[in-house]
Amino acid sequence: MKKLTGAEIIWECLQKEGVDVVFGYPGGAILPTYDAMTKYPKIHHVLVRHEQGATHMADGYARASGKVGVAIATSGPGATNMVTGIATAMMDSSPIVCITGQVGSKAIGTDAFQETDVTGVTLPVTKHNYLVTKPGDIARAIREAFYIAKSGRPGPVLVDITKDAQQLTADFDWEAAAPKLPGYRPNHRAPASEFARAAELINSAKRPLILAGQGIMKSGSTNDVLALAKLANIPISTTLLGIGAIPASSEFNLGMMGMHGESWVNEAIQQADVLIALGMRFDDRVTGNLKTYALNAKKIHVEIDPTEVNKNVPVDVALIGDLREVLGELKPLVKKAEHAEWWATINVARGDSAVRDIKNLPDNGHLYAAHVINDIWRLTQKRDTIVVTDVGQHQMWEAQYFRHDKPRSLITSGGLGTMGFALPAAIGAKFACPEKDVWVVVGDGGFQMTSCELATAEQEGIKVNVAIINNSFLGMVRQWQEFFYDKRYAATPMTGPDFVKLAEAYRLSGLRCNQRSDVKATVEKTLGDKKTVVIDFVVEKEDSVFPMVPAGADLDKMIRRPKQDVMLESGSDKEWEMPAAVLPDVFTEAKAEAKVLNGRGKTSAPASRKPAKPTKSAKSRR
Amino acid sequence: MAKHTLIAYVEDVPGVLNRVASLFRRRNFNIDSLTVGGTDQPGISRLTVVVDTTEAGARIVEANLYKLVNVLRVDDLTHKASLTRELGLVKVKVTPDTRSQVLQLVDVFRARVVDVDEKTITAEVTGTPDKIAKFELILRPYGIAEMVRTGAVSMARGHEPVSSAPPLVRTADGADQGHDTSGISMSV
Repeated sequence: MKKLTGAEIIWECLQKEGVDVVFGYPGGAILPTYDAMTKYPKIHHVLVRHEQGATHMADGYARASGKVGVAIATSGPGATNMVTGIATAMMDSSPIVCITGQVGSKAIGTDAFQETDVTGVTLPVTKHNYLVTKPGDIARAIREAFYIAKSGRPGPVLVDITKDAQQLTADFDWEAAAPKLPGYRPNHRAPASEFARAAELINSAKRPLILAGQGIMKSGSTNDVLALAKLANIPISTTLLGIGAIPASSEFNLGMMGMHGESWVNEAIQQADVLIALGMRFDDRVTGNLKTYALNAKKIHVEIDPTEVNKNVPVDVALIGDLREVLGELKPLVKKAEHAEWWATINVARGDSAVRDIKNLPDNGHLYAAHVINDIWRLTQKRDTIVVTDVGQHQMWEAQYFRHDKPRSLITSGGLGTMGFALPAAIGAKFACPEKDVWVVVGDGGFQMTSCELATAEQEGIKVNVAIINNSFLGMVRQWQEFFYDKRYAATPMTGPDFVKLAEAYRLSGLRCNQRSDVKATVEKTLGDKKTVVIDFVVEKEDSVFPMVPAGADLDKMIRRPKQDVMLESGSDKEWEMPAAVLPDVFTEAKAEAKVLNGRGKTSAPASRKPAKPTKSAKSRR
Repeated sequence: MAKHTLIAYVEDVPGVLNRVASLFRRRNFNIDSLTVGGTDQPGISRLTVVVDTTEAGARIVEANLYKLVNVLRVDDLTHKASLTRELGLVKVKVTPDTRSQVLQLVDVFRARVVDVDEKTITAEVTGTPDKIAKFELILRPYGIAEMVRTGAVSMARGHEPVSSAPPLVRTADGADQGHDTSGISMSV
C-alpha cells in the first residue's frame, strides 16, 4: 500500500478522475497541496487573478466540455471569493469541484487567521460539500465529489480540507475510496402509466409546443428532441440556456421564449394546448406572471430533478428521469401529426414581428449592439465558435441575433445572472476546446468586474476574442429606469478605462470600432491576431432590448419593438410602445407611492406614452 | 395550510441537522417542531419534522429532503394512521394552599411529579402536542416558573414497514395549488 501525504492524495485523485487542468490561487492553508503539485506535471495549473475567476473558469470549462471543472483556493478569503462562482454553477447546473484549504483541524472554531466556516457558507449554494480533517478521508471525499457533481442534475461540490490533513500521510487506496452514498439517488424512472398519459396528451393536442431547456445539452438528446418534433410536427422554443441545444437553423426552432424572447414564441406559449417541457425549470424569466401563464395548456414536464416538478408551474404529467431515456420510451407512443393550422397561426404572428427585425435595416452610420453581434455571427459562421456572454442587454442581443447551431456553443450565466462571468468562463472554455474560437460578448460594466483575468490569458498565452459592447451605461438597469422609473438614471451612467490601452497594458491587442462599416475589418483583424484581442465596440448609449415582458407581467403583454424603428434614430429620443395594462397593478401602486414619497410628479415621460393606471390609494394621498 | 408530519432517516454525520434546517429556511418553509434522535441502526438518526404548509408544499419539502445527499428515506405520516408523542417538563409555582390542586391536575393528565420543593412542583407529561398544550393552559393560572417541550416524535401504526420507494411526485390536483410563488412583489 502506498503511503502518501494528503496533498499527494488530492493530486492522485484528480489524475484518476481524468483532470487535465485546474484553475486556482495559492495561499497558506492550501500550500501543502501546491507544494505537492510539482510532482504531478500532467495536470496543468492555471493561476487566476481572483478566486471568483477560478470558479467561473472551471464552470466555463465544464459547460464547454461536459466534463467536471476544478477550482482550487485557500481558506478564508480565498474560499469566500469563490462563493459567487459556486452559486452561478449551482443555478445553471454546472458540474464543478472546488477544493479549498482550511486551517488546521485543531484550530477550527478558534477564529484562526484566514479561518471561515466554508462548508457553512457554501451549504446553500452547493449540491453537496465536505469538510475533511483526516488524510485517510480525502480520497473518498474527492471521488464522491466528482460523482455527485456530474451525476443526476449536475452541480458544484466543495471539498474543504484542513492543512494538517494535507500534511499528514495515509494509505492511498483508490478502489476502497469508491463512493458510498446510500442516500443519493441521481437516477429516477417514471412509471409506465405516466408515459401513456403523456403520449395521450401529445396525440390529442391541436396546438403542442416543446419548451427546450439546458437539460437537452446535459443529457445529449438534441437528436431525440428533433426526432420527436419531426414525428408530430411540433414547434420548439428554447430557454436562454437551451440555446444551441436545438439548431437555430432548424425549421422547428421558433427561437427563445421569456422576458426578452420572440413575441411569436410567447404568444404561442399562451395559445398552446399542450406544453412539453424538456429539461427546463419554468424560471420566472421564462413564465412571467404565473397566474396567467399558459392557462390553455396541459403541461408535460420531463425533468431529472424531482424538486423542480410543480415548483413554479403545476403540471399534468411529470416524467422524472434522464431526458434521453424518457424520450426513448416516449417516442414510440407518439403518433404522426401535421398540426398545419397551428403552424399557420404561428407563422402569421412571426410574419408581423419579422418586419421589425434589425437585420433588414440599412447602415445609417450609427453603431448598434445588435448589429455588432449579428455581424460577428455572419463573419464567423464558417468557423467553430463558442460565445461566452455576461449578463445584461448584450446577453439578450446575443441570444436574439447570434444564431447557434451547435450544443454548448453559447455559455452564459442564466439563473444567477452573474456580471463578470464572461471573461473567466471564456478562458475556461478555451482550455476545454483549444481548437475552437472563443468569443466573449460582454458589457463595459461586467467586463470591469473581472478584467484582471486578462493577465491570466496573457500569462497562459491563450487567445479569446473579447467584444466589449460599450454604451457607457449599466445598460439593462438603465433600460428598466427608462421604462419603469421615468428615466431617473440613478447610478447607471458609468465611465471606464480606455479599453484599447488597457489591453495593451496587459501586453494584449486592443481595437476600437464605432462605425458599422468598420465591424467587418475589426473582426477580421481580431481573428488574424494570435493574441487575445479586446475590442471596444462603442455603441449607441440609450438603446433598449425588445420585446420585453416586464417582471411579473403576463407573458404575452410585451413592450414591443417600435414600429418606427429604433435602430434608425438616436436612442435617446425614441418612442416605444407600452401596451395598456402591461404593468402588474402592484408595480404601478409601488411606483405611484414612490412618487408621492419623493414629492415628484410624472415629469419626464413622453406625452404619447400611456400613463400608468393610478391606483385608488395613490389618488387619495395626492 | 395544515400541519404535515414528515419522518426522515439521515446519516449521522456532522452537519446533517444544519443541512436539513438550512433547507427549510432556504425554501421558505416554517418548521413547527423538529426533533432528532438515534434509531436501532447505528449511524442512522431519525428526524421528525412538523411543518405548516399546503399539500403541494409538503410534496416540495419531501422532494427537497430526498435531494439532500445524507437523507436516506423520507416518509409523510400526515395521511397515515400514526402515533405522535411529545414530552413536556412543567415547573409550577405552588403555595401550601394550591399544592393539592396542582397535584390533582397532574393526576388528571396522567403526568408524573418528578421534583418538589417548597415553592414549586415539576411535572413530566407525555402525550400528543395538543395534550401538552392543554396541560400548560390548565396550570397557567397557578404561575408557570419554567417549561420545556421536546417537540413531537412520530411513528406509523401497524406492522407495515414505511415505504422506501423513491419520492412520489404527485401532480397537481387543481384544488390545492399552495406554495404560491406567483406574488408580484417577488419579481425582480
